[in-house]
Amino acid sequence: MPQLSPELERRLTTAVDRMPAFPKSVQTVLEMTRNINCLPKSLVGVIEKDPVMTMKILRVINSAYYGLPNKISSVGQSVVYLGINTIKNLALSFAAVGILPRFNTAGFDVQRYLLHSLTVGSVARLLCEKYARSEADPGDCYVAGLLHDFGKVVFAQYMSAEFIQALGIATDSGKPLHVAETEVIGADHAYVGALLAKKWQFGAALVDCIRDHHALDVEPTPMLDCLRMADAICRKHAFGDSGNPWRDEELAQLPTRFGADLEAVVAALGDLNKHVEDARAFAQIGTEG
Amino acid sequence: MKVKMWGVRGSIPAPGPRTVRYGGNTTCIEVRSDDDSLVILDAGTGIFPLAQSLLARLPVQANIFITHTHWDHIQGLPFFVPLYIPGNQVCIHGAFDLVSMQGIEQVMNVQLQYSYFPIREAELKAGIEYVTLTIGESVNIGDARVTPVLLNHPVTDLGYRIECNGKSLFFTGDHEPWLNIYAPEDDEYAEYQAMVEQRQAELDAAIGPVDLLIVDTAYTQAEYPQKIGWGHGTYDTAIAMARRIGAKRLLCTHHEPTRSDDDLEKVFAEALARHPDPGCEILLASEGLEIVL
Repeated sequence: MPQLSPELERRLTTAVDRMPAFPKSVQTVLEMTRNINCLPKSLVGVIEKDPVMTMKILRVINSAYYGLPNKISSVGQSVVYLGINTIKNLALSFAAVGILPRFNTAGFDVQRYLLHSLTVGSVARLLCEKYARSEADPGDCYVAGLLHDFGKVVFAQYMSAEFIQALGIATDSGKPLHVAETEVIGADHAYVGALLAKKWQFGAALVDCIRDHHALDVEPTPMLDCLRMADAICRKHAFGDSGNPWRDEELAQLPTRFGADLEAVVAALGDLNKHVEDARAFAQIGTEG
Repeated sequence: MKVKMWGVRGSIPAPGPRTVRYGGNTTCIEVRSDDDSLVILDAGTGIFPLAQSLLARLPVQANIFITHTHWDHIQGLPFFVPLYIPGNQVCIHGAFDLVSMQGIEQVMNVQLQYSYFPIREAELKAGIEYVTLTIGESVNIGDARVTPVLLNHPVTDLGYRIECNGKSLFFTGDHEPWLNIYAPEDDEYAEYQAMVEQRQAELDAAIGPVDLLIVDTAYTQAEYPQKIGWGHGTYDTAIAMARRIGAKRLLCTHHEPTRSDDDLEKVFAEALARHPDPGCEILLASEGLEIVL
C-alpha cells in the first residue's frame, strides 16, 4: 500500500477547502443565483458538472456533523435531502473561493482535465444503462466518472513540482501516469482521491471505484467496470486530457463484460458527439481540446 | 403528556382584531411530559407569554428544541425571561448548519449582538447549554424521548417526535413535501422521482404512527402553486401525511400571517370538505389550545 506522511495527508485534506472550482460553474452559479426565480434543475445541472463543487457538496452532506443515516452519492440526492436553497448557498460559498486557473504551476490543463472527467462520467452512465442497468446505478457511475481523477487536480494544485515530474515521466517514458506518480510522490492520484473520499465518508462503492480504477488485480464490480471502460473509451478517443496518454496494450486489460472490441462498444452507445460537445461547452474549450 | 400552543402564526407576528381568536404570535409549543419535564418546541414570539407563565414556579428547567433558525422560530428567544434568572437551567437543542458550519450555539450569539439587542450572551444569568443534534438520535428529557427527523425547508429543519409512556406526538416545524425539480419530459425526471419517493417513505417511517401530528399548513391548495419552494405545506398535504402515517389527530398550524380568523376558518372548512373521510380528527391550532394525550 502506498503511504503518505501524516503531514502530507493533512496538508492535502485541508487544501481542498481552499480549492477553487471551475470557471464556468463559478460564473454560472453567480449569475443564476442573482435571479430569485432560478430553476432548481438549472442550478443542479451546473453544480453536477463541476468535480470540485460535487466533491465539496458530498463532503458536507456526508459529514458526521450532519449525521445522515444514509450515504449520499449525487448532487440530485443532495438536493432531495438538503433542499435547493441550502445547495444554492453552499455553491455560492464554493464560488466565493475563486476559479481554478486554466494552467497552474504544474502546467496541467485543468479545462482539458474537466472535459475528460465529464465525458468519462457521461460514458460511464451510458455504459451502465446499456450493460449493467440492474447491477449498478447510472447516476452513481456518472459521479464515479466525474470524480475518479480528482487526485490529479489536487496534485496539480498543491504538489505541482512533483506532479510536473510525474507528467513528464508519463509522456517521455510511456509509463502510465499513476506509476510515475507513485515513483515521484509515493502515492498515485487514485490513492489520494480515494483517501479524501474515504475521509469525507463518501459511500464505499464510490471510494473503491476511485481507488481501484487503475488496479487490475481487484475483484471487478459493475460500477468499476463501467468506470474503467469509460476511461478507456475517452482516453483512446482523446476526449479531453487526463495527462495519461492512451497505450494500445491497455486494450487487453479492459473489463470483459463489454466484449473484446472497444469500438463495437462505442458504436453500441450511439452518438457520443452530443455528450462530448456538451462537455466541451462546459469546459469552455473548442474542438481542439 | 400535555401540549399547549403558545404561538401558531407563521412568518411574522400578526396581532390585531382580525387574528384575536387564533392568535398572532409565531411558533411556540409547550409540551409537558408525565413527570412534568418541560419541552418547548420553537422560540417564536409565543415563547414570551409562555415565559411569563413559568415565572410562578422557579427554578425553571427548560429544554428548548429549535426546528430551524428562521426568525419566526427563534425571535422570542432573547425574551425568554428565565434566561435572566440565576438558578434556572435552559438547554437549547437544534441542528447543525451546513452553510455556516456551526452548531445551534450560534442561535443566540447571532441575535444578541450590540446592534440588535442590548444584552450580551455573557450577561445571561441562567445556566445555558447547547446541544447540536444528530438526525435520528434521540434525547431523553425526564420520562420523554425526543427524536429529531430531517424535513424539507430552505434551511435545515428538524421535526421532533416526542414519546412518553406510550403516547406520542410529532411536530414538523416548517415543511414542504418534496417535489420533482424536473419536468416529466426531462431525462432526469424518473431518477429524481424515485429519490423523492424514497425520501418520503423514509420520513413517514421516521415519524411513525402518532397520537398527535402538528403540521405546517401555511397555504391552501389553491395558493400553493405561487409558493412552490417556499418551504411550507398545505391543509391537503398535511391530511395526506396524517393518513399515510396513521395519525390519530392532526393539528394544523403556522397560519399564514395575512389570514384573518374568518378566512382561516373558511379555508379550513373548504379543506375538510375536500376530505370528508380524512381518517383522523383535524383541528386548527389556536393560542392557548391545550391537548392532553
